[in-house]
Amino acid sequence: MTARRLDHVLLAAGLLALWQVVHWAVGPDVVSSPWATIVRAWQLIGTAAFWGHAAATATAFGLASLIAIAAGVALGLWLGLRRFAGDVADPVLGTLYSVPKITLYPLILLAFGLGVSAKIAFGVIHGLFPIAIFTMNAIRNVAPVFRRTALVMRLGPLATAATIMAPAALPEILAGIRIGVALTLLGTLIGELFAATSGLGFALIRAMDVHAVADILAITMLIFMFAASVNAILGLIERRARHGG
Amino acid sequence: MAASRNAQISLRGVTKVFPGHDGHPDVHALGPIDLDIARGAFVSVVGPSGCGKSTLLDVLAGLSVATSGGLAFEGEAVAGRVPDGIGVVFQQDASFFWLSVRDNVAFGLRRRRMGAAEIDRRVDAALAFMGLADFAKAFPAQLSGGMRQRVCIARTLVLEPKVLLLDEPFGALDQQTRLLMGDELLRIWRETGATVVLITHALDEAAMLSDQVAVMSARPGRFIDIVTTDWPRERDSTIVSDPRFGAITARLWDKLRGESLRAMGVAAPQPDRQ
Repeated sequence: MTARRLDHVLLAAGLLALWQVVHWAVGPDVVSSPWATIVRAWQLIGTAAFWGHAAATATAFGLASLIAIAAGVALGLWLGLRRFAGDVADPVLGTLYSVPKITLYPLILLAFGLGVSAKIAFGVIHGLFPIAIFTMNAIRNVAPVFRRTALVMRLGPLATAATIMAPAALPEILAGIRIGVALTLLGTLIGELFAATSGLGFALIRAMDVHAVADILAITMLIFMFAASVNAILGLIERRARHGG
Repeated sequence: MAASRNAQISLRGVTKVFPGHDGHPDVHALGPIDLDIARGAFVSVVGPSGCGKSTLLDVLAGLSVATSGGLAFEGEAVAGRVPDGIGVVFQQDASFFWLSVRDNVAFGLRRRRMGAAEIDRRVDAALAFMGLADFAKAFPAQLSGGMRQRVCIARTLVLEPKVLLLDEPFGALDQQTRLLMGDELLRIWRETGATVVLITHALDEAAMLSDQVAVMSARPGRFIDIVTTDWPRERDSTIVSDPRFGAITARLWDKLRGESLRAMGVAAPQPDRQ
């Protein structure tokens, strides 16, 4: 565990060093230095404006994640338990997953307008399909020996679902949620970049308009830290479900 | 033929045919098979790959319904449901990875709404019996394949089955571990008094462990010989050095060689000597 932690520290140090080298190579007008970026990020998180944008993004991302998880897991469970429906839906879901969602953005804007609901909708369509696909496969791929064990223990269908199928499928479902939530954040931010009046994506695009390089990198770094934290927490939950404890 | 009065499990004319799909013909997997298993016996079933051994276990366990013929467990016809009192240990790892060893073993008892004190007593006994007491808090991912199979056996034993069905339970283990697990199985059989039916492809395992070895033909599996070993009840893996062990194994192989070749799609090179 300590060796792994050391690897993480070395990786972070390496990335910072690379960042500094790029800064020296291209100059402060293109890439601000790590130190200047950290200082700017510290200043930003002391302002009310930043927290207004962060709250707007967090609200849209939080609601989009909840909807993507609830709808994705429900859809995946239904398709996983009904083999025929799953066989029919599998290629459809795969196609929807791989479609570049950005092409749907004009439609989303027409349907939902410029407000928070368009951001949420755009986040949801990014996260929903991977969560549904992972959940469907999680249910389908539960080892048959677990079902047979349930029969030998004379469990009814409800007890089998609750005490064996659900925990057996949970790690894969959580893996889907981890990927789906990351994509939901991506969708929410893209929504803010293109058409929004608040949010970190909006703050980023405004900083680009006025060529505030340190602001761009500071906001990007803060978003990166937030995304990495969410991913780490979900990864921890997934590992616990996979290996017990 | 009427069921033998002492038989705990009785099969009469049991067959299993899997219906064909998409233009493929039906697959006649098993039988007809007649078999009486006496209470407390240790019976092994050996046969070539794909002969229907596992299908037979599914029918015996009540996991699969015979296409024709009848199965009775303690005089009651078995149809469509696993009868109470039958425990099954599968070849595949069936330990629940999301539960600790202790919770795995207690799983069936908790589902039966047994009192906590009785559950603790039985689980402690089973953990000690299977040498798992020091691993009670561990999770299956932390254990070897052999240890995980012990967890599955302990989880079955706490339910105090009258019949223990084992489908190649040591198939995934190395030879030394298999011999030691064989000794454990004999100990379980003696101390619990349960009837044991072992499906295996290992002739030496069958010859060493069993009172009777039923030899199956290539598909559709029928019994072509029932070999009685006459081993004493107190026995262990050291009987592999007994000359009779070699003779029994040789007899099993003599019966099975032609069937195994047939199962592989090769004609037997010499006629049956009997």
